[in-house]
Amino acid sequence: MKYLKFILAGVLFGIIMAKGEIISWYRIYEMFRFESFHMYGIIGSAVVLGILMVQIIKRTQLKDIQGSSITFNPKDKSIIRYLVGGTIFGLGWALAGACPGPMFVLVGYGYLSLLIVIGGALLGTFLYGLLKSRLPH
Amino acid sequence: MDLILEPWPWYVAGPAIALVMFLLLYFGGNFGMSANLRTMCAIAGGDKYTDFFKFDWKKQKWNLMFVVGAIIGGFISANFLANGQAIDLNPNTITALEDLGFQEVGESYLPGEIFGREAIFSLKGILILIGGGLMVGFGSRYAGGCTSGHAISGLSDLQIPSLIAVIGFFIGGLIMTHLLIPIIF
Repeated sequence: MKYLKFILAGVLFGIIMAKGEIISWYRIYEMFRFESFHMYGIIGSAVVLGILMVQIIKRTQLKDIQGSSITFNPKDKSIIRYLVGGTIFGLGWALAGACPGPMFVLVGYGYLSLLIVIGGALLGTFLYGLLKSRLPH
Repeated sequence: MDLILEPWPWYVAGPAIALVMFLLLYFGGNFGMSANLRTMCAIAGGDKYTDFFKFDWKKQKWNLMFVVGAIIGGFISANFLANGQAIDLNPNTITALEDLGFQEVGESYLPGEIFGREAIFSLKGILILIGGGLMVGFGSRYAGGCTSGHAISGLSDLQIPSLIAVIGFFIGGLIMTHLLIPIIF
C-alpha cells in the first residue's frame, strides 16, 4: 500500500500532462519557435511556485510523511556536462516532441509508437552508462 | 465538469505540476522522470556491462510506481477526459508545418507524419523515433536530469547547474526546430 500514493500522484501527473497539452509534439515545436506563451507559462509558473515551496520546506524544516527531513542534493559543479548533455537532450526533445515523462503518458493515451521512442531512450541511457568514464564531466 | 474536459490553460497546468513536485517530496521521493530510464536499464541487466547500473534499484521502486500512474493518467485522459478539441496553435506555427508538408496540424496531439503507422514502418520514420529517444536518454543522463529534474526541480532549488542544463535544452531544441527539422522533413 505504501506505493499507492505514488501511483495516484502519477495519475495526477499524467492527467496534467495530457490536459495541459504538454504531451503534444506541436506544443513543443511551437515553444521552440517562440510562438506561444503556453509552455513558458506552464514551466514558469511551476518554477515560481516551486521556488517558494522549496524555501518554505527549508525554512520550516518540513518533514516528509515518514518523519524524515526533506533534503535537496546540490548538483555537482560543472559546466561541460550540463551544457553538452543538455544540448543533446534538447535535440531529442524537439525531434521526438516528448521528454521522459510525456513519453509514458502518451503510451497510456494510446500512442503506441512512443514505445519505440522509449526504446531509443533506454538505448541512449545504456550508451551513456558504457561511455560515462570516457566523457568529460 | 466541462471545465475539466476543456484543454487546461497554463495557469492551471503549471501550478498543478508544482503540486505534483510537492507531493513527491512529501511522500519521501523527488520529481525526476529520467532516473526511471536508468532504473529500467539496471533491471534489464545493465549492471553486467557497467558499474553505472550497479545500484540498489529497489530504492527507486516508488518512482517506477509514479510512471505506472502516469501511464494510467494518460489512459484516463484519453478515454474519459478528452473532448476531441484541436490544439489552439499559433497560426504561424501551423503555416510553418504545412510548408514542411505536415497535414491536419494540431487536430490531434501528435503529427501522423512522425508517429503514424506509415511513418513507423519506414526506415526514415523509425530512425527519427529511435534517434529522438536516444538523444533524450543519452542527453538527460549526461546532463544528470531532464525537464522535471532540472527545469522544474533544479531551478526551484536555484541550482546553477540546472540553469546551465536548461540553457543546453534550448540550444539543442532551437537547433533542431530551426535548422534540422526543415532538412529532415
